[in-house]
Amino acid sequence: MTTTQHRAEAKAAVGKPEPRPTARDRGSRLLATLFLAPTVIGVLVFTVVPIVGSVVLSFFHWNVIDPPTFAGTDNYREAFTDDTVRVSFANTLIFMFFAVALQMLLALALALTLNNRLPGWLRSAFRSAFFFPLVLSAASISVVMKYLFNQEFGVINWLLGHVGIDPIPWLTSENSAMAAVVLVYVWQQFGFSFLLFIGGLNNIPKEIHEAASLDGATGIRKHLAVTLPLLSPTLLVASVVGIINALQVFEQPYVLTDGGPGDSTRTVVMVIYQSAFEQLRFGEASAVGVLLFALILAVTALQFRLSRRFVHYQ
Amino acid sequence: MKYGLSSWARITGLTVVALLTLGPVIWTVSTSLRTPAESFDLPPQLIPSAPTTEAYRQVFAEIDVWLYALNSTLVTALIAVGQMITAGLAGYAFARLEFRFKKPLFGLVLATMMVPLQVTIVPVFLVLKSMGLTDTLLGLIVPAWPTAFGTFLMRQYFLGMPKDLGEAAMIDGAGPWRIFRSVYAPLAAPGLAIVGVLAFNYHWNEFFRPLILETSTENFTLPLGLVSLQGNLGTGSVSVVLAGVVLSMIPAIAVFAVGQRPLREGITSAGVNR
Repeated sequence: MTTTQHRAEAKAAVGKPEPRPTARDRGSRLLATLFLAPTVIGVLVFTVVPIVGSVVLSFFHWNVIDPPTFAGTDNYREAFTDDTVRVSFANTLIFMFFAVALQMLLALALALTLNNRLPGWLRSAFRSAFFFPLVLSAASISVVMKYLFNQEFGVINWLLGHVGIDPIPWLTSENSAMAAVVLVYVWQQFGFSFLLFIGGLNNIPKEIHEAASLDGATGIRKHLAVTLPLLSPTLLVASVVGIINALQVFEQPYVLTDGGPGDSTRTVVMVIYQSAFEQLRFGEASAVGVLLFALILAVTALQFRLSRRFVHYQ
Repeated sequence: MKYGLSSWARITGLTVVALLTLGPVIWTVSTSLRTPAESFDLPPQLIPSAPTTEAYRQVFAEIDVWLYALNSTLVTALIAVGQMITAGLAGYAFARLEFRFKKPLFGLVLATMMVPLQVTIVPVFLVLKSMGLTDTLLGLIVPAWPTAFGTFLMRQYFLGMPKDLGEAAMIDGAGPWRIFRSVYAPLAAPGLAIVGVLAFNYHWNEFFRPLILETSTENFTLPLGLVSLQGNLGTGSVSVVLAGVVLSMIPAIAVFAVGQRPLREGITSAGVNR
């Protein structure tokens, strides 16, 4: 028993001598080893080693067939200068911003609307409806959406026609393709934030709202001054998870537009997929992967830092 | 409690969003039952004038639906069961057993939740290749067994159980294994169900890993087969593609119907257990 944690505990128990390990403790340690082995070995082999591998590979040129050659920082320099890679990072950030903002706003509005005085059966019916797209596969739903977004015979333009909007070349114009990808993504994902918000709202004690009402707070003001600060930890979790997921978007642009038209919907993960598994440029793909990882870490760290000012724990 | 919006305005707003949410799914089912000639009719008929299952027959003729469904079922079921075992065991160890390096090990497992699959996919592909597991179903299954989120969830679950139960069993002379097996494991069933349902939903719909790992059509899972169906029939009937989509949705919908609560609880707990 030499870990610092145990020493600290021993110190805390003033004067008590550290107990010697009994047969039971040893049994417990053996059991822990057996119980943890599958998870820890799995995590090492399929996550820790691959991360190190990605970093190492990113300094090499390698096409799997010929032996790898040392590339120095070539792959990184290329990532920063190659137009497709640069555009893909810009696209991914734009996608992330709109997807997460829309998803959170919609989910928040719905959760606040649902949380009030509706009959129970109606609330659970709405909850199920918003949550339903989450159980579908992003790939197959994107296949469906491709037809709905069709310029001539798609249902979406037909619907828009009824409110006097001319047909939009959703998937075939550089100006609107990303919007379509965002809409498809948000359509499928907003239920996730919605469920988090419903859970968060349920955790807010009723008395706080009652107290605010007694003090004369009503409607929107009550939401802004009371509900949102109390919900802020949930908002943080939803935005962190939302951003991490959005930065990894792949299925929707892959199926809907294959990155086009031009490079207008090409995302970072699509670039990783294409350079590794279509062009067999494993080193270049790894460098882009490492940069994506760095971006995710940076954005998440920034969020936690900013959140210190805005997140209130009860 | 007084709010600006009346209940009716609220219900109308929610209904509009619900219709937009379910609309594409309803359209998919309805179009899959139309004849090719009617498949692009506008306004879209909710109920086809001459419903036909011809599109479904054609899906079965075009791709080996049974094989893909069998592959998907096998992969998904083995991952779900595997995750329930690994997460149950590891979660229990982190919650109730004493051993060295507990904190750093738990930190390591948690940290892997942050690592996107896409960042590690190239080396994972190479590791699997060196094991001879690329283009096999096993290559999809084994790497998915360790689950950081499942481990975290099960740890929280075991932490929520009263300690007295184990202590009482210990006084009666039960060893650590016996305490786990006879006292805590049976209580963990609902938590394990959450892990299983989440795993089922995620891996049934998984696209990225199968796309990279499986090259032979006989190893395709349903989502892959489906997208290939779309390619084969670029000029053909949309009803056929949508019939394929409906077929792949059925198990997801079944899980939604049966496992709605565990799924919801799994997602909600991501936000509530800090």
